[in-house]
Amino acid sequence: MAERFLMKGNEALAEAAIRAGCKHFFGYPITPQTELAAYMSKKMPKIGGTYLQAESEIAAANMVLGAASCGIRAMTSSSSPGISLKTEAISYMAGSDLPCLIINVQRGGPGLGGIQPSQADYWQATKALGHGDFQVIALAPSSVQEMVDLVAKAFELADTYRMPAMILADGMLGQMMEPVEFDDNAEVKKTEKPWATAGHGGKREHNVINSLYMMPQDLENLVNERFARYEVIKQNHQMAEEYLTDDAEIVVVAYGASSRVSHSAVDMARAQGIKAGLIRPITLWPFPTDVLQKAAKTAKAFLTVEMSKGQMVDDVKLAIDCAVPVEFFGRTGGIIPTPDEVLAQIKALAQGGAD
Amino acid sequence: MAVVFERPHGLLNVPTHYCPGCTHGIVHRLVGEVLDELGIEGKTVGVAPVGCAVFAYDYFSCDMIQAPHGRAPAVATGAKRANPDNVVFTYQGDGDIAAIGTAETVHAATRGENITIIFINNAIYGMTGGQMAPTSLPNQVTQTTPYGRDVNTAGYPIRLCEMLQTLDGVALAQRVAVDSVAHVNQAKKAILKGFQNQIDKKGFSIIEVVSTCPTNWGMSPVKALDWLRENMLPYYPLGIYKDGEKGDRLK
Repeated sequence: MAERFLMKGNEALAEAAIRAGCKHFFGYPITPQTELAAYMSKKMPKIGGTYLQAESEIAAANMVLGAASCGIRAMTSSSSPGISLKTEAISYMAGSDLPCLIINVQRGGPGLGGIQPSQADYWQATKALGHGDFQVIALAPSSVQEMVDLVAKAFELADTYRMPAMILADGMLGQMMEPVEFDDNAEVKKTEKPWATAGHGGKREHNVINSLYMMPQDLENLVNERFARYEVIKQNHQMAEEYLTDDAEIVVVAYGASSRVSHSAVDMARAQGIKAGLIRPITLWPFPTDVLQKAAKTAKAFLTVEMSKGQMVDDVKLAIDCAVPVEFFGRTGGIIPTPDEVLAQIKALAQGGAD
Repeated sequence: MAVVFERPHGLLNVPTHYCPGCTHGIVHRLVGEVLDELGIEGKTVGVAPVGCAVFAYDYFSCDMIQAPHGRAPAVATGAKRANPDNVVFTYQGDGDIAAIGTAETVHAATRGENITIIFINNAIYGMTGGQMAPTSLPNQVTQTTPYGRDVNTAGYPIRLCEMLQTLDGVALAQRVAVDSVAHVNQAKKAILKGFQNQIDKKGFSIIEVVSTCPTNWGMSPVKALDWLRENMLPYYPLGIYKDGEKGDRLK
């Protein structure tokens, strides 16, 4: 049985997390993710869970660190400036092999930026969500339903690989309403956590959650072990949606809100006889290089569309080793590109290819 | 033969990295004894700070988490909320608790977070080699106050217990020292009460231990104890600043 609701993206993220067995939410108010925290504050007391409004984003993320250390599913959510403050704890959690979920409902930046939708935190999420050598799993939904589906996925991957997972959404997805279904029979996949610090009860040696290693060789060994795990994730968990790519000469690459716009633009291009297609990365890390490499064999050009000055475009070029030209189109500062703007770029590329 | 003195089970049988004459060892032992006497080692989660006590996770027998600098009260909050039946304590120094972690300390206290904090105040940053701490005394010479702490540019020391006593979430705020047998016994009682308060769900308990740092003060251990009595205790008077349960208002 599936229950169907009309929900805001932010609320759907919260409900999905609760259904994924997360009973501990630590947050701090920030636009445009506030409905997520508000939903948690309404629901958690009724199910014996914790909603805690922390004194800062820094504290909220460190509360997640403490709760995750004890072996439970814990999360926090924020928007761009707040995520910057959480990076301290995220680095420590990565260094302590702690699973957790962090949600970024992106807004324009840098600095206080704006409160309108943006995708300018791609580099932060996929390259440097804190100091040190590490990655987090980064998932990018493009609909309210996918927000629901990816929350459970994020917790599962985080638990399985003992690392933080991030959902990289944006203000448009967080604020818009769509019908969503929750599977009432969905089972929460439980992972044994023998490493958790929940009291040894006199039955084992003490557990220690720690990211400090004074001997360089110990630290290097651990980082290497973690990167070996990352390779397994890269091989097994790339996710992307392909739309009309089989015969596509112009392949648009876009995720999240900009992929919805690009989807419309591809339809418009097809109506005008242009062989356009769309690849929509769902996992931003691991980046879905396999489908991009496949498409590069037949495409004449790629067009990356982002709500930034061009961040994911680097990964697209790297993925296909610049086998075909990779162009970029983006709007930034909280502006969502229009399908017409994207179509104009596709047409320009198609004409360029006809020369 | 009757055993009259031994290592508490709450402390692991390992050498510590603390300098000779440092009072961390005494306070570690008191916490270990309290874990034994209350029979709570198996359900206790300790949170180690950044600073001299960073390696505390290797010394206490209970489960341990190492926190980012200053964030121990937030980490402890997460752990306590995850498993309210666990006993959760932090062990922090002056820079950790009263400089970089001031917000986490004040808000854990004002929430009445049911945790126990052991605060070592030795008026200096020990681990990094003797820089000014938020609790360094006026005119105290440190690596970063080479002409003495000038209150006009570096401000005044923070008296944490006096500050926290005004918060309704606090059950116990007590300052003790370990410079004499009488004071050690007093400190033990305070730490015991701090943990018992948590078991009794009374709220936030903090025990500040005025301590020495012979290495960075540049003194022998005995001289350091004298300096503590002559300079630290007048500025940081020992005593109970709040003793009750959360919700109580300071009269």
